[in-house]
Amino acid sequence: MKKKVGLIVNPIAGMGGKVGLKGTDGAEILKKAILIGAEPEAPRRALQALERLAGLRDELHVFTCPGEMGEDALTPVGFEHTAIGSITPGATTAENTECAAREIVASGAELLLFVGGDGTARDIHNAIGDQIPVLGIPAGVKMHSAVFGTTPGNAGQLALLFLKGKTVGTREAEVMDIDEDAFRDQRLSARLYGYLQVPFERKLVQSVKAGAVGHEDTAVRGIALDVISNMEPDSIYIIGPGTTTREVMRILALPNSLLGVDVVLNKALVANDVNEGELLRIIEGKPARIVVTIIGGQGYLFGRGNQQISDRVIEGVGKDNIIVIATKSKLLALHGEPMLVDTGNERTNEILSGYVSVTTGVKEKLVYRVSG
Amino acid sequence: MRMKRPIVYPYIPNSVPETRSEMLDTTGVKDVEELYAEIPKKLRFKRSLKLPKPLLSEYELKTHVHGILSKNKSCEEVLNFLGAGCYQHHVPSVVDTILSRGEFLTAYYGTNYSDMGRFQVMFEYVSMLTDLVGMEVAGFPMYDGSSSAGTALRMCARITGRSEVLLPETVSPLRMKVIENYCRNSEVKRITRVSCHPDTGLIDLNDVKGRLTPNTAGVYIENPSYLGMIETQGNEIAGLTHENGSLFAVGVNPMSLGVLAPPGDYGADIVSGDTQPLGVHMNYGGGTCGFVAVRDVEEHIAELPPLMTSIADLEEGDGFGFNVFAWAERLSYAARENAKEYTGTATALWSTANAVYMALMGPQGMKEIGETILQKSHYAKKLISEIPGLKTPFPSAHFNEFVVSFDETGKTVSQINAALLKRRIFGGKDLSEEFPHLGQSALYCVSEIHTVKDLKKLAKSLKEVIP
Amino acid sequence: MTEEIKLRNYHAQVWDEPLLMELSVKGQRGILVPEAEKEVKAAVGDAEDLIPANMRRAQPPDLPEVAQPQVLRHYTRLSQMTMGNDVSNDIGVGTCTMKYSPKVNEQLCATSQMADLHPYQDESTVQGILEIMHKTRDFLREISGMDEISFQPTSGGQAVYTASSIVRAYHEANGEGLKRDQVITTMFSHPVDASCPATAGYEVVTIMPDKDGYPDMEALKAALSERTAALFITNPEDIGLYNPRIDEFVERVHAVGGLCFTDQANANGVLGKARAGDAGFDMCHFNLHKTFSSPHGCMGPGCGALAVKKHLAKFLPVPAVTRDGKNYGLDYDLPHSTGKVRDFYGTAQVVLRVYAWIMSLGAKGLNEVAEIAVLNNNYLEKLLLAIPGISESYGEGRVRLDQIRYSWEKLTADTGVTTEDVERRMTDFGVQAYWTSHHPYAIPQPLTPEPSESNAKEDIDYWAAVMGQISKEAYAEPEKVKSAPHRGITTAVDESAALLHEKCMFTYKKYKRVKEGKE
Repeated sequence: MKKKVGLIVNPIAGMGGKVGLKGTDGAEILKKAILIGAEPEAPRRALQALERLAGLRDELHVFTCPGEMGEDALTPVGFEHTAIGSITPGATTAENTECAAREIVASGAELLLFVGGDGTARDIHNAIGDQIPVLGIPAGVKMHSAVFGTTPGNAGQLALLFLKGKTVGTREAEVMDIDEDAFRDQRLSARLYGYLQVPFERKLVQSVKAGAVGHEDTAVRGIALDVISNMEPDSIYIIGPGTTTREVMRILALPNSLLGVDVVLNKALVANDVNEGELLRIIEGKPARIVVTIIGGQGYLFGRGNQQISDRVIEGVGKDNIIVIATKSKLLALHGEPMLVDTGNERTNEILSGYVSVTTGVKEKLVYRVSG
Repeated sequence: MRMKRPIVYPYIPNSVPETRSEMLDTTGVKDVEELYAEIPKKLRFKRSLKLPKPLLSEYELKTHVHGILSKNKSCEEVLNFLGAGCYQHHVPSVVDTILSRGEFLTAYYGTNYSDMGRFQVMFEYVSMLTDLVGMEVAGFPMYDGSSSAGTALRMCARITGRSEVLLPETVSPLRMKVIENYCRNSEVKRITRVSCHPDTGLIDLNDVKGRLTPNTAGVYIENPSYLGMIETQGNEIAGLTHENGSLFAVGVNPMSLGVLAPPGDYGADIVSGDTQPLGVHMNYGGGTCGFVAVRDVEEHIAELPPLMTSIADLEEGDGFGFNVFAWAERLSYAARENAKEYTGTATALWSTANAVYMALMGPQGMKEIGETILQKSHYAKKLISEIPGLKTPFPSAHFNEFVVSFDETGKTVSQINAALLKRRIFGGKDLSEEFPHLGQSALYCVSEIHTVKDLKKLAKSLKEVIP
Repeated sequence: MTEEIKLRNYHAQVWDEPLLMELSVKGQRGILVPEAEKEVKAAVGDAEDLIPANMRRAQPPDLPEVAQPQVLRHYTRLSQMTMGNDVSNDIGVGTCTMKYSPKVNEQLCATSQMADLHPYQDESTVQGILEIMHKTRDFLREISGMDEISFQPTSGGQAVYTASSIVRAYHEANGEGLKRDQVITTMFSHPVDASCPATAGYEVVTIMPDKDGYPDMEALKAALSERTAALFITNPEDIGLYNPRIDEFVERVHAVGGLCFTDQANANGVLGKARAGDAGFDMCHFNLHKTFSSPHGCMGPGCGALAVKKHLAKFLPVPAVTRDGKNYGLDYDLPHSTGKVRDFYGTAQVVLRVYAWIMSLGAKGLNEVAEIAVLNNNYLEKLLLAIPGISESYGEGRVRLDQIRYSWEKLTADTGVTTEDVERRMTDFGVQAYWTSHHPYAIPQPLTPEPSESNAKEDIDYWAAVMGQISKEAYAEPEKVKSAPHRGITTAVDESAALLHEKCMFTYKKYKRVKEGKE
């Protein structure tokens, strides 16, 4: 019984980057890119990832799209595959991606691999949500989503371990996308779209000298318990979006907006999915704290996906009342790079920079750098 | 003038000057001093360590250390009746032989592919020990009986989410020191002692009933107790404990379990203890080998601190192997996020001794040794109780140890033991400071190694030293 | 290295040895035990009657029944399927300081005057072992620069736990027990430096390394506060770098009223070269089963000797070993002691080995131990960095001490071969699997070798040659490495079974039930 895997390739992903354009959403931009001499990046990236799966070749059956959206990448490496649906070569669309994703889930695949960027991640999320694990093989220029392997090779490696059933679990990872129009008008605005289930490698090497290693879920729960046990009465708690922060709401048995900012007081709900204005009104003259976590794959603490917690809100609450939470594995995934803040206000960014104590478990903190 | 050649040390192959030079060359430094460049001068130790002149030859070293050790009198030379947590039994020659196998003695970190042998030994140890104590799961051995009891109590707290524990007043003060230290600032916030009947030394069930609260995480008893009695109310205590939603933990002497019912039979949730009696030399107290065992209940196993080895199939073919550090991520339960204590190097070599011991003894051997010990210790108790001036105050059944009271002699246990020592006998452990209400009492321990002649000698000597 | 190193065509011993339980034959006896003599039986009756009815064991324990030669063979075979330091090159097992445990010390430990001592014997009958413990205490005081030693902890972990208890006792004595609830440690310190204070009830704050791999001083400053109870730090850290600002770390912690403990698991390279006491630390510990040669025993027993400065001596566990003229004794009268961490006094036989080891080497010998350990490591570094695919973590241009954490990151990126694959392939050449890294894996694809001073140049050359060979294979035929071991004791074990409780089988009974389909 062969293992079923899905593969979708966004053929134009990454083409903008080399020639200085940001992203390839929209047919207009694509035309411009090709005119300047942009070459397709996706096929090369796909190959780098698939090479890692070569050892499993005889045990896999891949469901993919015709031609440049998948089939072309598989033939040279000799993977047994089935092409689903039809495409118009040179004019592939988001709808192609979405249809393919749905078909792949229907076929019973246990993992969907895709070559693309945040845009493709967004399309896949629209189509299938978190029904099956998804892993991105990076090829876009903008990757704010946390659903990608660090390199195409590493993505292939991770897929290999996942398919072999070794030391890999899945966790929710943010799908983000930058507002294209805003971007080209020199304004930066990233939205948190939702979550995909993404494989990640739990380093299960039991420390021989120190005892059991924590599971990601356990760590998240521990963090949330720590936050809750330290909640001060009569203090407003602004809970930012994220899988780790969501656990706080879940344990308190409060409804939470998956992608927005919620507010809690004395362990009861004050409001869901508030905007900056509502936040400012709520905290007016009252003690308040902000609970935030890293969102997306770039390590942003403020400015990507939680802009409602604006510079004015941060100023109103005060730097010392910001509680940063994150699992150790998420912090280590930053590979030593600092957490980032981009509130749009240089002074606020400056104030937030330095070292912050991140809650990583029950009575467990990690001091980490923040950079503006 | 002769140039003095630097010493070449047998344990340091590269201390040969030529080798040292060659390696310095390859490394690209002229002097080893350069390799310490990262340590600031002010932190460097500049003089020579003040240590005795070394004994470079093996002969001189051995002679020297033997000279010091000869100031000791071992229990092979002196008739020993001490127990109290460390027990003298015969260590089978095959156990000593296997323990001196260099492979077992000197291994540390390994994988199934290089070290399967020692993991199989560990698996066999766990399998046999859990059967012996009536439980189903255990991990690598821990330190000793007392710290294992501490872990068992903290596990009760983590599993139930409650923070009080009950312990009988007969637990030794020295054991309490270990438990109290380990439970300080932990999940266990309060330790309450339960009284025992003054005439039997057995637990007072009414006191247990009275002291159980909605916040009791666990009740811990020892069987046999520190003072030697066999506790007969296990079932009742288990009943009261479980009705209260608490867990029942029992500390045992595994040597007794060939003849005594294992705690698993009378409702225990957790069993702890020390397997030193099973094939490990006393080593002046360095032979301890603690354990904690539980039933096959996920929430309980999840709270075990030590490393655990699981047998597993091979990916291809029929054979088996071991997942050396299995279930490293113990799944999420209410208290899992709290510190799962710590683990690491403990006493693994002794578990190899235990495995070989249990393998040699088998069910019959454990039964027979238990019977021999029972009969000899009761015989000794009888002889002693017949000596005018001496009393064996507790009529309760005991396994290998019992209390002897010297109150009527007017002498202290200290005096008695000093006199016994002159007759080359180690008298029973002095209890007078640990349990003042027992007066001048001592804990006498009898083992299968004591012949009837030995026991008669003890009785005769006691008679002589009393007046 | 001019000659080609010949790699061994090693093959692990494969006895395909059944589990002991499968060797059981009803009625077989491995050993017979003494019976009570006639007159004893006559006086007390049947053993069964001496036990209250409800406490009699109903069924004999389900232990296997195996005759003596068969038991001997079984365990001897299992020992042949174990790669101890006595048989194999274990340079790869870093942070564990694998070194030669002299056999003369084993003989000394086996003598009756060590092995058959009861801990509660009259003090006059154990003057020998007490003298050894006291003298070794003096040696370690000198080596550490501290004032008092306890041998009671059985392991590094237990020593660190004891130190955590002392920190608490100290602050409570100053009325600051509740206020000081945080312990600071570093990413590359030993994990017990976090888990033991946590076990003792502290909130643990970890600081990350700076870009050079040293504990980040700025992060320390940010972490220090009036809540700081202590700093628990390993130095040199696992990556082999000695922190040149360690005294500044200590000063800053002291300045806020915290205590400083250093984990000296990695002491092998600094014996006689730098002392914890001189750097300002209040406490430190040594792993006597690592640095001081006592054998590892498959994970114990060992000894974590805890060393403290004068002002903390009163908190050490009871009893203390004392000397009064020529007489040695045990002193329980220590009112401020934190109590005990374990039964009795610790592992006296381990201390005996340490005494003998230090006496065989002396000051010059200990210096030689450190120098050769460091030379060996730097020599190995040169050899390893010449191998394609390997790199060092941090410390560019810096000299390391006794061990180094390397990374196969490039190898993995180029070939897909991971550090676990290399670990499995290396045993095919007769060397023990290497230690990758402590958790967490901050350095990708790690390996941490430590060529202690008992390794000859030839051993180091061989080990490096094995790594070189595997690198070659990874680039040329990666599947060979990925599907290793090829000459190991078994082929691949189903590792997925290790992850889930439902698939774990910790005992024979469980294994049998699963095999018979009853579970």
